[in-house]
Formats: sequence, structure tokens, C-alpha cells
Amino acid sequence: MIISSSINNIKESKFINHFISILKENPITFLAFLMLFFFMITAILGPYLVPYDPLETNAKIALQPPSIEHLFGTDNLGRDVFSRVIVATRLDLTISVLAVLISFIIGSFLGTLAGYWGGWLDIFLSRILDTIMAFPLFVLAMGIVAALGNTIENIIYATAIINIPFYARLVRAEVNIRREASFVHAAKMAGNSEFKILAIHIFPNTLPPMMVQVSLNLGWAILNAAGLSFIGLGVRPPTPEWGIMVAEGANFIISGEWWLALFPGLWLMLAVLTFNLLGDGLRDIFDPRKRA
Amino acid sequence: MLSVQNLNVKFNTRKGLVEAVRDISFNLKKGEILGIVGESGSGKSVTSYALMRILDNTGLIRANKMIYSGIDLDNASEKLMMDIRGREVSMIFQNPRTSLNPIRKIGVQIEDVLRRHSRATRYNAKQKAIEALRAVKIKDPENRYYSYPYQLSGGMCQRVVCAIALACDPKLLIADEPTTGLDITTQKAVMDLIKDLILSRNMSSIFITHDLGLASEYCDRIIVMKDGSIVEKGVTKNIFTYPKHPYTQKLVNATPRPEKNIRSLLPPQVKNHEVKHVIQDHTILEVKNLSKLYKGQFGSIQAVKSISFKIKKGECVGLVGESGCGKSTTSAILSRLIDASEGQIFFDKKDISMLPSKNFSKNPIRSHIQMVFQDPTESLNPRYTAKQSISDPLKNLTNMNNDEINTKVIEASNLVGLPLNLLDRLPHQLSGGQKARVGIARAIALSPKLLILDEPTASLDVSIQAVILNLLVDLRAKLGMSYLFVSHDLNVVQLLCDYIIVMKEGVIIEQGKSNQIISNPKESYTRLLLEASPKPPKLPNVP
Repeated sequence: MIISSSINNIKESKFINHFISILKENPITFLAFLMLFFFMITAILGPYLVPYDPLETNAKIALQPPSIEHLFGTDNLGRDVFSRVIVATRLDLTISVLAVLISFIIGSFLGTLAGYWGGWLDIFLSRILDTIMAFPLFVLAMGIVAALGNTIENIIYATAIINIPFYARLVRAEVNIRREASFVHAAKMAGNSEFKILAIHIFPNTLPPMMVQVSLNLGWAILNAAGLSFIGLGVRPPTPEWGIMVAEGANFIISGEWWLALFPGLWLMLAVLTFNLLGDGLRDIFDPRKRA
Repeated sequence: MLSVQNLNVKFNTRKGLVEAVRDISFNLKKGEILGIVGESGSGKSVTSYALMRILDNTGLIRANKMIYSGIDLDNASEKLMMDIRGREVSMIFQNPRTSLNPIRKIGVQIEDVLRRHSRATRYNAKQKAIEALRAVKIKDPENRYYSYPYQLSGGMCQRVVCAIALACDPKLLIADEPTTGLDITTQKAVMDLIKDLILSRNMSSIFITHDLGLASEYCDRIIVMKDGSIVEKGVTKNIFTYPKHPYTQKLVNATPRPEKNIRSLLPPQVKNHEVKHVIQDHTILEVKNLSKLYKGQFGSIQAVKSISFKIKKGECVGLVGESGCGKSTTSAILSRLIDASEGQIFFDKKDISMLPSKNFSKNPIRSHIQMVFQDPTESLNPRYTAKQSISDPLKNLTNMNNDEINTKVIEASNLVGLPLNLLDRLPHQLSGGQKARVGIARAIALSPKLLILDEPTASLDVSIQAVILNLLVDLRAKLGMSYLFVSHDLNVVQLLCDYIIVMKEGVIIEQGKSNQIISNPKESYTRLLLEASPKPPKLPNVP
């Protein structure tokens, strides 16, 4: 027991060293992880940190520009925009992470099957996925949410469904390349079952390129969820959510109250940027060849 | 004609400056063929890239003098270099397939060079391209002009690369491992062609190779490089018969050739006594009328046609042939990775050809037949440490607990001479030879009765090849395994094997005792294979 726990410690410290070396090597990755950390903290602790209740209305202070008291100003109902932007982080991140997780799992599964066994299964799965990709994806997501009902879960499902083909195709290609690699033959010689070969030997080797896709997709999923809310699907007011806030604030830009749309829009942009910058770093973390 | 003095090449990497070439100097006379010989990482290719000035941006070239017929290559403008490349100095690269553009016709690719250097106009370019193809002895050049690289064999592709390199009558040809990956007979044909062309056009050439035997057959003078420096240079015959530097001696020693035995490949200080292996009368594997038919979109291919042979316990059988002869298919069938179309395989008197390869991993015989793969890098899971790789078969095929597996892994690592502190490393942190040892340790961990070796040393340097071959000999004697050694190199096969099978186009054309096949081959094809392998000058005193 003592020996195995010390081995685990070594493994952990190895991973931490690897992580630190990657952060040191690339300042952009470092910045991305820093921003990710910031968003995670605000997502987890947001409601306890903000100065005002995001739902509390106060007609007396409606539409005030940014000030010391209200950093991002107040909206037409007198709610504090700063509190609303921060509290919305949890919802937006949850939607995107769950959506990406679902599409990652389903996409990987389908792609691995298609790539490994090939033949009619490959043709069948690939054509279905092609069909999904042939739709304008945002319109498809709109259709799914409209058909299933206007809830947060359905935004997650819709976002997941439209992303599945990208994962499936990527995994399929990566598995296909490695199917005939000699380390796979060696695994067969070592008595691994087909399932074990797929799950333990082939699939983990597809992770580095998948991580780039995951990080890009996280940003994209946030945009997608915000986009759906913007056009009035999914999240409903008064729930604080960046997409709705931008949609509501957009009406006030003409009359000069720019802060209503700008700050949630800015947070949205920063979140997407964070995930996009994260890609290279995540790939390097999952690539054993980067380990010194 | 070419004079290089104190050439240094450094690379700017993330881990600081790396010196790839250190202070090398040499001269090349007109009409001379100079061989640069060294193992991987010796800086031989970088030297040639520096001469052509085609290094990456991170490569820094510093030389006191680098003059080609009066032109200072170090300080010449990029525009001048573009004129020189192809017209004055041209180059043949390592892999013919990747040095041709896959989506353009080969004739057009030759025309490009001709027209770039104004050797042809739009009107006569095609005719000149066809002439260039004819010069490299490509049959039916008028029709081949329209071929794409994928339609040609490896040897043909390398001829086309030669045609491109020689189209503008350069004065100097740099050939960077031009025959790596080609069959031994193709290698001879391509090398003979290059030598003929160089002689008939009165050109000079720099021939870069890791194969000292090949260099000694075609070069006038040889430079031996190690770790970026020149360790020895001189006339070919002297280098080979009286090597002065210990490294050259090691290389000369490690080069397999007919009069050597397996122990004499190693340097004298590490040589220990060869343990005699015993061949028993018990037949471990018998193959009867084995055939394999691949069904494809464009008709089926008979890869293996009704072959039969036997392997006795403790025996090493060599399976020799050129690429496409069916030897890899045969080894894949015997290792039960694929199913045969017809025929029987008896392993220890049991017919295993009936068991489908799909479920063979569950069969107890799985652990008795193991394989060492051709490319040690590709055959290891990049995410597995050496220890995980070696223990994988033990976990799947035995009932050992963790402690027993650990003991067994250490035992196997000791047997193959893999230092135990390397067990926690991932494949990319190991050298080629170490990876080869991991691959062998994984295969022998189960104490198999039959080990199939699929060109296990093809991608290794000669000095490491010598060590690995000796390791295999020792292991066989210690563990009493039988080997099926698949290779295209008769020089290597005769060192290790008791019995040789020669295959051509899916058929066994000759089989017999090793010394009999080598000294007195019956078939003309076997003789051709024997003659094609490079013959370095004989050593005056075989140690």
C-alpha cells in the first residue's frame, strides 16, 4: 500500500511538473489558464461575491452609467449589470461544458466504431453525420430547441447534437491511421481483446488533436447558447445570461445606454477567447511526447 | 572543385544552441565520388543541406571557406543559390516518394527544372524530359512521361528523381541515402546507374550513407563522421582495411558481410563466448500448402501461393525475399494476426489454422507465438512507458499478480540488457536501440516457443544492429526459442540462421541449410540476391 501510494505521488508530481513546464514554455497558454482560472472562480463563487442581488429591481436607479457603486452601470429595471454579468458565468459555462462533454463522448464513441471496423458501419455512420453537417448548424439548433421546448437542458442537447459530427470525424480519422500501426498488432499479440485495444491502446492516442477541438468547441458552444438566448430561445428573462443581456441591452444602444450590451458582450468575448487560446496548451498536456 | 573549411552548423532550438556539425573540412576533386558515412545523428545530412543552403531558418552556418568552383556558397545571395541549385549542384533525397510531387505527372516535374534553368523552351521541353527519362533507363519513357509517382515502384521513383537531378547537367551531385528503403536488387540497380551517369558525364558526387559496405563499393574516398565531427578520412580501401580511429574500426567491424560470423560484429572488448544453441528434432511449426488471397476492388491478389516448410525446436529459419514477395503476409499469418485462405499450420502438432485470428488472443497458444516488429518506434504505444509495454502481455495472458509481473519485467529487461532505470520512460525518451530492446523484452516476457522477427534491425544503425543480433543469438541459446527471421538482407540472415527460405512472388523458390544456400545457390534468383548485396573489400586479418 505504501509503495503504491508513493508511486501515485510520483505520477502526480510528474503531471504537475509537466503542466508547469508547458505553462512556462508558452506565455499565451499561461494567460489562457489564468483567464480560465478567473472564469472558474467567478462561476463557482460568483453569487457570493457580487455586491447586489442580480434579480433585485430598483426603478429609482434605472439606466445609470458605470460608477464606483455600479461598476458596469444599471439596466432599465435598475438591476446591477456587474452582478448580473458575474452571476451569469456559471450558467453559460455549465451549458458549454456539458454540451461539449456530451458531444465529445458520443462523437468519440461513434467515430471510434466507424474508424476501427470500417465497412458498412463506417458508411452508415458517416452519412448520418454528413447529413447533420449539411444543415446550417445554428438553424438546426434553433429547430431542436423549438421542437423540444424552451429549456436550458434542451439548449445543451441542441448544442451537443450539432457538435457530434466534428468529434466523430476527427476520431474516425485518427483511429483509422492507427488501426494498422504495429503497436496495435503488438497489442493483439499481447492478448488484448478488440475492445481493450480500442479503448486502451488506440483511443487515448487520439486525445491530443481532440483537445484542440474541445477547446475551440467550448468557446463556440458558449456563443451558440448565447446566440439561442439572444433570439429568445432557451434561457428566459429575468435569469442573468450573457446572450439575453446583450439582446435586451441592444435596444438601448441607440438611446446612448451602451453599457447594458457592452459588458455582457465583453465577458462573452473574453470567455470565448480564453477557450480558443487554451487549445494548444491542452493538446500539449495530453501529448506524452511533450514530456521531458 | 569544392572546398570546405571549418564548416559549423548550429541550430537554434528551444533548449538552446545545438551543434550539429563541428569544424569539418574537406575537398572534392573533379570526377571524384566522396562518401560521407556516419550513423544517425552524425550530421552527415546537415552537412549536405548546408552546402545547398536549404537548412531551416533556425540553422546557422559558419564556415571559413565554402567555395564551389569560385563561388562562395556561404555568402552567395539567395538568387544566385537558386541558379546554382539544380544547374550546378543538385541533390537526390532519401525518400523518393516524398521528394516527388504526388499530384503532378513525372514528365512535367522534369520540365519544371529544365525550364527554370532555361535549358528548354515550351516547345522542346517535353522531348527533353523524355530524353532525361531515357537517360536513367526508364523503359518506355514516352508513356511514362504521363505517369504519376504513385503509379511507379520505389526504384522507378528514385530513377525519376535522378532524372530531375541530372536534367540540367550539374557538375556536382549530392546523393543523401538514395537507396534507403529500396530492395537490395533495386539498390544495386540504382547505385550502378548513378555511378555510370556520374562517370559518363564526368561529374563529381558526394554520396551520403550509413552503410559503410555500400560506400566502399562506390566511393573513391570516404569521410567518417561521428557527432558532427570528422573522425577519419582517406582512400576507401585504406579506410576499410586499415581503419585507424576506434569508431571507424567499430563501424567496419559491425558491417555484416559473408566472411564474418556474428560475434565478430562486436568490438573485441565486449565480446563474450557464444553459447552454442541446440537444435532438437522436435518440429515446433509446420506449414502445409499455405495460401493467402487478398480480395480487392480491382481483382484479387494471391500474396502467398501454397508454401510449405518446417521449423524445428531451437532452430532459426530465415525467410528472405524482396518487398512484395509475401514474406510479411506469411509472418502475419503465422503470428495469427490474419487468417490464411488455404492450408494448415501445425504448432506443436496442433492445427492452429482453423482458429480464427479474431479470437486467437484468448487462446492459450497466443503466449507461445510472439513477434518482434520491424519499426521499434512504431511498435510501441506512445503513451505507454517501457514497463507498461513489457507488462502488457503478462497482464493479459497470464494469471500473475502485480509482484510477479514486476519480477518478470525486471527479469526480461535484464535478459535484453535494458537498464532498469529506463523502465519508467516513454518511447520518445528512448533511443532506437533501447526501443528495440523494449520490443524484444515484451516478446520474450511470456517465454514463447516461437518468436517471429520481422526485420527487427532494419531501422537501426549498424553498430546497434550488431548488438541486437548478438542479443537475439544469446537469447535463443538461453531460452531455447525457435526463430523465424524475416529479412531482405542475406548478409544479416546468414549470420543468424541455420536454415534459409527464399521467397519470390508468393512462392518458395529455394530452401535449404544456410551455408548451402549461401555458398552454392541453385536458383538464379538467389544468386542475384547474393550478388546484389554490397561487397566491401575483404579484411586482411579477420579477428
